[in-house]
Amino acid sequence: MAGFANLFYNTFVRRNSVYVTAIFGSAFAFGVGFDTAVTSVWDKWNQGKQWKDIRDKYIQDEE
Amino acid sequence: MLFRLPASSLKSVHSLKDVAANSSRLVARRTPVRFASSSSASSTVKSVLDSRAALASAAIATVGSIAWYTHLYGTLPFVGQVHANSPAEEGLHPPQYPWSHNGWLDSYDHASIRRGYQVYREVCAACHSLDRIAWRNLVGVSHTADEAKAMAEEVEYEDGPNDQGEMFQRPGKLSDYLPPPYPNEEAARASNQGALPPDLSLITKARHSGPDYVFALLTGYRDPPAGFEIREGMNYNPYFPGNAISMARVLFDELVEYEDGTPATTSQLAKDVVTFLNWAAEPEHDERKKAGIKAVILFSSLTLISLYVKRFKWSVIKNRKIFYNPPVDKTH
Ligand code: HEC
Repeated sequence: MAGFANLFYNTFVRRNSVYVTAIFGSAFAFGVGFDTAVTSVWDKWNQGKQWKDIRDKYIQDEE
Repeated sequence: MLFRLPASSLKSVHSLKDVAANSSRLVARRTPVRFASSSSASSTVKSVLDSRAALASAAIATVGSIAWYTHLYGTLPFVGQVHANSPAEEGLHPPQYPWSHNGWLDSYDHASIRRGYQVYREVCAACHSLDRIAWRNLVGVSHTADEAKAMAEEVEYEDGPNDQGEMFQRPGKLSDYLPPPYPNEEAARASNQGALPPDLSLITKARHSGPDYVFALLTGYRDPPAGFEIREGMNYNPYFPGNAISMARVLFDELVEYEDGTPATTSQLAKDVVTFLNWAAEPEHDERKKAGIKAVILFSSLTLISLYVKRFKWSVIKNRKIFYNPPVDKTH
């Protein structure tokens, strides 16, 4: 545990530029990941009810 | 939490202890086995019951349970009431229907919205406007962009003025709003024996019990009970306040032919049109629920983290022991 904390400190916290970039980068990554996770649960729960599930019945092929 | 003692009650514990100590002779005579410590414990209990916090929480519990009861049942418990209105005049309370979007995680059933749009367009649009919905709102909800464009083009809209200063007619565009059946309120009343068919854009928000009410209204037409007089041109409906509504029953089996083959029973038509109207009133519904799920997850994890951090930071203070070393008496 202490080893991990040291590694964490030395890689991310020692330089402020790295620290701030890491915070912003991980916030962005978390945002994307969290959104994807919630959306996949939502889509599974509401399978067949949403527009994207039924739209290919109505889309006409363009010739 | 409510019963946590205010600082002042601690003070009163001390003073009670002083009193107990002063009258220890008296206490000792009455109950020789009691010690000052036990009497101070019972006075703590006493002062908890006497404390302002206890009073306040009892008051809050009382007010809260009465408020809850009245909210649930609409009347105060054990208090008789007399109404000038009969329940019929308020309209029958509709049952709660199991809408496909009822649950916390449930989205609208968009196939139902699409069918409901068809019912609105073929039936209700003859009398009711839907002012707040534009053709573009249907895109990506119940229709493709091409379908919505085609439907809009079937309607003529007045536009202008052109460079001659004249208004002209043109086919509809996606940005146009659904056309109203009547040019103005007077025309609407004149065609409906003086009754105004309300705009349906927000109808599920504008009535008690929202979608349940509209569904019950549409499917609730029946013969009036014996003795109920109904004027010419009015219709009996137990769910409508006053029970006499100028809108006749409009939904009947097989009135509409659904393109997806769903059997068009009266209740199916009503369910679909109400789902559609519910969407019209709350188009943000699906996104709102999704954002709600995210917010609940995020905020509850943040709460847990902050509780943990608080305990972590306070553990040093809470676990310390304070020793008191009495000074050694050196006079002897
Ligand atoms: C023939 C014209 C006509 C048609 C078609 C029609 N309505 Fe109505 N509707 C009216 C009139 C008139 C009123 C006003 C009734 C009143 O105030 O007594 C009304 C009132 C209503 C109300 C409001 C009731 C209230 O609580 O005030 C709702 C909801 C409603 N209509 C829904 C619908 C729906 C949904 C459809 C389509 C399935 C529909 N109507 C079709 C004429 C019509």
